[in-house]
Amino acid sequence: MSEAQDKKTIIVFSGDLDKAIAAFTIATGAAAMGSQVTMFFTFWGLNILRRPEKVSTKKGLIEKMFEIMMPRGPEKLGLSKMNFLGLGPRLMKLVMKKKNVQSLSQLIEMARDLGVKMIACTMSMDVMGITKEELIPGLEFAGVATYLAEASEAGVNLFIG
Amino acid sequence: MAEVKVNARSLQCPGPIVKLFKACQGCAAGDVIVVEATDPGFKKDVEAWCKRTGNELLALEERDGVFIARVKKT
Repeated sequence: MSEAQDKKTIIVFSGDLDKAIAAFTIATGAAAMGSQVTMFFTFWGLNILRRPEKVSTKKGLIEKMFEIMMPRGPEKLGLSKMNFLGLGPRLMKLVMKKKNVQSLSQLIEMARDLGVKMIACTMSMDVMGITKEELIPGLEFAGVATYLAEASEAGVNLFIG
Repeated sequence: MAEVKVNARSLQCPGPIVKLFKACQGCAAGDVIVVEATDPGFKKDVEAWCKRTGNELLALEERDGVFIARVKKT
């Protein structure tokens, strides 16, 4: 690589399957272009990082409700359009598989492999009652200042909402 | 100077450039990477990738729907 490494930052606010795929496609693509990529997950975007299995946690009633109602991980996310009560994502995954497009889980794996930094927003985690134990390993936990510090060094900054 | 073959056929975006990037990481300067891809976006993407990463695109041809790019690591 001839040039100095440049940075790219992506805020993932949405927890929709299609938007998450877009975010991770850009992230892995940017990493493959030699960029240092940081993804900052906030609000619904945190659901992308949830472990698929149930994790026993001690929580208040509202947090417990959030836990039950929100999707657990990439396989459970809905589409932002044409969701049709969950039929949409199933069709989408079928088509993607047929056309050999990588699944969201594979993209996340690829992003890790390429050294994409993933940060979970601690404030959103607190609001939604999501604990570290419920999220996949290998994440960093931080707030808006960390994101801003990264973003101000980045040449590209995206908000996926 | 080694020549490395990368089969990225049937892979969709961003598969081919990720494969190219990984192959490039394992190469020494002067090595040539030959990538074969069927993703129609790869033609433009490999040009952009080379421009961005500073590697040299020696040749790019299309044969029966397969793009074959020869990239020299600089």
